[in-house]
Amino acid sequence: MSEAAMPLWEVFIRARNGLSHKHAGSIHAADAEMALHAARDVYTRRGEGQSIWVVRSSDIVASDPVDKDMMFEPTASKIYRHPTFYEIPDDVGNM
Amino acid sequence: MSGTCESIMTSNQTLFSYVLRLADDHLILSQRLGEWCGEAPTLEEDLALANIALDLIGQARALYAYAGQVEGRGRDEDQLAFMRYERDYQNLLITEQPNGDFAHTIVRQFFISAYMDSFWRRMESSKDEMLAAIAAKASKEVTYHLRHTSEWVIRLGDGTRESHERMVEALDDLMMFTGELFEIDAVAQEMLQSGVGVDASDLKAEWQHTVQTILQEATLELPKAGHMQTGGRTGRHSEHLGHILSELQYMQRSFPGLTW
Repeated sequence: MSEAAMPLWEVFIRARNGLSHKHAGSIHAADAEMALHAARDVYTRRGEGQSIWVVRSSDIVASDPVDKDMMFEPTASKIYRHPTFYEIPDDVGNM
Repeated sequence: MSGTCESIMTSNQTLFSYVLRLADDHLILSQRLGEWCGEAPTLEEDLALANIALDLIGQARALYAYAGQVEGRGRDEDQLAFMRYERDYQNLLITEQPNGDFAHTIVRQFFISAYMDSFWRRMESSKDEMLAAIAAKASKEVTYHLRHTSEWVIRLGDGTRESHERMVEALDDLMMFTGELFEIDAVAQEMLQSGVGVDASDLKAEWQHTVQTILQEATLELPKAGHMQTGGRTGRHSEHLGHILSELQYMQRSFPGLTW
C-alpha cells in the first residue's frame, strides 16, 4: 500500500493517570480514526494504555542531527545548571 | 422422578443447547479470523483481526466452560470445542463462510458484530447470572468490533471503485446468511420464556438500522432480502465447516487431552 494512501503516524500512550504520554512506536493508517484503532490494536494489547495520542509523523518538526553540536554541546560545560553543583549547608538538612 | 425434576432436567438440557450454540458461533468465527494471522493486508490489520479473534475465543471459552457445567457430564471446554462431530456443531452458517477477500471478511464481521452488539447488551439483563456476566464482558469487546468494522465498511465502500465493487459483491454474497440470525426455534423460545435468552427476532429492526446507517455513509446499500440459508442450529452446515474442523480439531484428535 502506498505511503500516500497509508501515511505514517507516531503513537503516544499514557499508561496511567498522572503519567505523561510516552512515545510507543509508529503505525500506518489511512486517517486519524483508523490510526487510533491501529494504535490501540498494536500497542495496547497487554493493558498498557489509558489514553492514546496519534500524530502524523510528517507533522513532527525534528532537530537536524547536523546541528547536534550547536544545539546541545554548549550545555555540557554548564555544570552549575545541575543541582548537584551546589553544596547544601548542613543547617538546611535534607532537601 | 417427579414432574418438577423432569422439567428441571429439560430446562437444563435446553440451557446447555442454548449456551453451546452460542459458544460454537464464537469458536468457528474466531477460527476463521485466525486464518488471517500473518496474511492480512497490513501488520496493523493483522493484529486487529487477531485481537477480534482472541476476544471471540475468550467468549467461546467462557461459554463452553459454562455449557459443560450445565450439562454436568464432566465435559470441559476443550472436549466440547474439539471432540464433537460436524453435525453436532450448531453455529450460524455465516460464521463458517470463507474469509474471501478483505471485503468479505469485513462484511461478515460487520454483520455479526452489529447483531452481537445488540444481543449481548440485552443478555446483560438475563435471569441467568452466568450469561449476564459473560454478556457484560463481551459487550465491551463487541462494541469495538462493530466500531472497527464499521470504519472499514465506510472506507471501503466510499473508497476506490474497486473497493466499492468488492464491497457490493461481499454484501450480495453474505446477505443470504443473515436471516438465520433472527430465527427463533424451540430452544430459543424456551430460553426466552424463562427470561434467560434474548429474543433474536426482536433484534432485526435494530440490526437493520445499525447496518443501514453505516452502509449509507459508505455509499452502499443493503441487498434486498431474498432466499435465506438456514440449518446451522440443527447441524446442517455448508461444505466449509468440515474443513474448518479438520484443522481446528487436529491436535486434540491426534493427542487427546493435550494441554499447553
